Amino acid sequence: MNFKIIGRILGQVMLLEALFLSPSLILCAIDREPDVAIAILLSIALTAACGGVLFFLCKNAGRGFFAQEGFVTTALCWILLSAFGALPFLISGQIPNFFDAFFETVSGFTTTGASILNDVESMSRGLLYWRSFTHWLGGMGILVFAMAVVPADKNSGGSLHLMRAESPGPSVGKLTPRLRQTAKILYLIYIAMTVLCFLFLLLGGMSVFESLCTAFGTAGTGGFGVKNDSLVSYSPYLQNVCTIFMLLFGVNFSLYYLALLGEVRAVFRDEELRCYLGLFAVSTALITVNILPISNGWRDALHHAAFQVSTIMTTTGFSTVDFNLWPALSKSILLCLMILGASAGSTGGGIKTIRWLLMVKGARRSIRQLLRPRNVQVIHVNGKVIDEEVLRGTHAYISAYWMLILFSMVLISLDNFSIETNVSAVLACFNNIGPGFDVVGPMSNYSDFSSFSKLVLSIDMLLGRLEIFPMLALFSRFSWTRKL
Amino acid sequence: MKIIIAGDGKVGLALTEQLLEEEHELVVIDSNPRVLQSSLDQFDVMTVQGNGAAMETLRQAAIDEADLLIAATSADEINLLCCLTARRMNPSIHTIARVRNPEYAEQLYAMREALGLSMHINPELSAAHEIFRLLQLPSFLRRDTFAKGRVELVELRVMADSRLNGIALSQLYQIARVKVLVCVVVRGGAVVIPDGSYVLREGDHIYVTAKTVNLAQLLKNLGIASQKIRQVMLVGGGRISFYLAARLLDAGVGVKIIEKNYDRAARLAELLPRASIVLGDGSSQSLLDSEGVGRTDAVVTLTDMDEENIVISMYSHAAGVKKVITKVNRIEYGSMFSEMGVGSVVSPKELCSTNIVRYVRAMQNQTGSVVALHRIADGRAEALEFRVDASVRWRSTPLRDIPLRRGILISCITHKSQTIIPDGSSSFEDGDTVVAVTTGSQSIRMMNDIFEA
Repeated sequence: MNFKIIGRILGQVMLLEALFLSPSLILCAIDREPDVAIAILLSIALTAACGGVLFFLCKNAGRGFFAQEGFVTTALCWILLSAFGALPFLISGQIPNFFDAFFETVSGFTTTGASILNDVESMSRGLLYWRSFTHWLGGMGILVFAMAVVPADKNSGGSLHLMRAESPGPSVGKLTPRLRQTAKILYLIYIAMTVLCFLFLLLGGMSVFESLCTAFGTAGTGGFGVKNDSLVSYSPYLQNVCTIFMLLFGVNFSLYYLALLGEVRAVFRDEELRCYLGLFAVSTALITVNILPISNGWRDALHHAAFQVSTIMTTTGFSTVDFNLWPALSKSILLCLMILGASAGSTGGGIKTIRWLLMVKGARRSIRQLLRPRNVQVIHVNGKVIDEEVLRGTHAYISAYWMLILFSMVLISLDNFSIETNVSAVLACFNNIGPGFDVVGPMSNYSDFSSFSKLVLSIDMLLGRLEIFPMLALFSRFSWTRKL
Repeated sequence: MKIIIAGDGKVGLALTEQLLEEEHELVVIDSNPRVLQSSLDQFDVMTVQGNGAAMETLRQAAIDEADLLIAATSADEINLLCCLTARRMNPSIHTIARVRNPEYAEQLYAMREALGLSMHINPELSAAHEIFRLLQLPSFLRRDTFAKGRVELVELRVMADSRLNGIALSQLYQIARVKVLVCVVVRGGAVVIPDGSYVLREGDHIYVTAKTVNLAQLLKNLGIASQKIRQVMLVGGGRISFYLAARLLDAGVGVKIIEKNYDRAARLAELLPRASIVLGDGSSQSLLDSEGVGRTDAVVTLTDMDEENIVISMYSHAAGVKKVITKVNRIEYGSMFSEMGVGSVVSPKELCSTNIVRYVRAMQNQTGSVVALHRIADGRAEALEFRVDASVRWRSTPLRDIPLRRGILISCITHKSQTIIPDGSSSFEDGDTVVAVTTGSQSIRMMNDIFEA
């Protein structure tokens, strides 16, 4: 293991984090909150100092960067990022408990949006901005960002290992020959869409600060709101803007690149996109019919159903209504959507539509194989044969996913909440959604859990965001042994 | 530049590495997903899986944006079809095909336009050509050409009985009597750019620039017996053997080829009636002895196995053969060979990729950029050729007044077809060609990079 190169990358990322913390200072200056400003300044200094020292110590790192370094770097990077990102909350005293602050920051970076704050509106705006910005940064991934801006060695192919570990989906492809350019394209699309979302919200009469934070939350499919009731008090226009943009950010970004290249037909022929949009339409229709009796007419029902389906499916976690009070069928559909997740290569979490597509096709193949044992069958997606390796990886992912979820459920049961609470809390954190049902429903939050449960859920969020294996790699003895 | 490489074999890999170093954008095509995966892990390239001659694959590799396509798969026909298809899809693209079957040689010249080829390359033929050049002046371990072949950079070893042993470089002209410049000395593993007070010792490997026309004179004056090679033994009867034997026979040199496969031996005997073909295993010591290995002037080992070639070369060297040339496919281990007495080392794959890289550089045609580059002393030093234009600093200034960076030496200047080996009073003008030698690790892409900032 090449520890120096890991240290160098971690140092770089921490320096970047310090840089990203700085805009909060402006908000503190506007609001005249010197103590918060000092807390943030202290956090910046501490993060930059640690990052700088690490970077300086590991300056002359060797070249070897392989799969194991990629996984370990990614996992360590996200843990450190969250720990240092929690400093402003902790030092300013607005979230005094370390586990609470860590939970909140992890929830930000992993774009979960689960909060332990009972009264968001009382927090200072500088901290709220940072809280929402973590969503934006975590959505596309900070290592991808570092790849786009930090000049790398001319021909280091190793960075692909980082991208593979950080980007969601069963297989990661480059858009262009140079990884750096691919990272740049992804971020440019991301920034352009975020700006668009921000402008649409501004048009609807939202204040600049709230539009910015809501746009960050939507873009990263995070879900931190700046109001206690999330988006309930906003106008239907603003809620509809969010519905559409959440849906857009849940689409694979390489499809946008294809569209920019003028291949719009290929985009709409993409099987994952069709499946994703189809599921959105069907779920919305079913829930609309189901909640019709308790709404003011079908337009209201459709509006809320579409918003809730979009927010849960893309794993954002905003809410416009307390769906805890909905009929069981609607709740069940939402629970299924929690596990489904958004598309690969998007900012959303969950298992991802493409994996389900592969699983369904795999199951269908198994049945046919049983009936016609001699048939040779391969699985196609978008007209291309899927490598057996990808299928095996998908199966391994799903197994690990369920094992970890069941294990976490048992762990947080120590707090003695209802089964519904525990199941939905773990699912909502693991899939980076935010709100679940019952105690952790959209109108309440995670503050009632014990510190231990919060730690478990924080780890779940990281596992979910990095798609399990990079985090598990950290605990494998193969990562640390000197043996070959 | 955007470059597509079809075929991710040894040549493809060597090209990937060299072209990435020069900051091109690469797309690699191969039908085997496993080799692509390992390329993807090692290098910053994009990969496309599929048949490089199919339109769909080329489309995926973004052929319409590419500047150059290099077809280096193992099959000539696919390479040709690949270039043809690429040219039809993008008329402005340059194409290079690896074509090794000599039967196609004629149509490559006659139908070059129709096939859409910018350049074709035959690794075995260029290896044979390289070996032939080495056999012409056997005292040199290696010869690299610059300035359209008018200047060469040659490698020599200083023997115990050499006239160079114990001579300071400032006295070199009294012995050599032709203007030459010692640019690099390798002594005990260290690479140095020497100055006038540097004293040569036994065992040094020296790299010398000289005019091509002066090389024979140089050898004579140095007292290095430049006896002509009259008898060559080739071990292994593959394609390189065939090309090389044909050339040697034309030059009036006697050739003996040892080949263990009967069909191949018979075919060679049919094609090369003047050569003597021996059926037998070249790696057997008794066979080599009985075929008179000690009496030949040179041995060239050309079997398919690197290990066999090395062992046979070592044995021949021990048996007293003056010139030994070893063909090696895997050049990675090259640094070990100079210690082992295997003589000159030639790698067809490396030659092939070097030629292609040279073409790419010429295509770029940036003014003042590197025209040719040769790695010497196992890659620890480089010789670079530049064309001087108006953007280059320090024109018309005597060399002694130019602040060169450390570890850089200007070893040759060509002015209007007049080549000079420079001294402190020489200078270069617009339009000249300059060869510089560097031992530093600094990256040099433009001529201005060799000066102090």
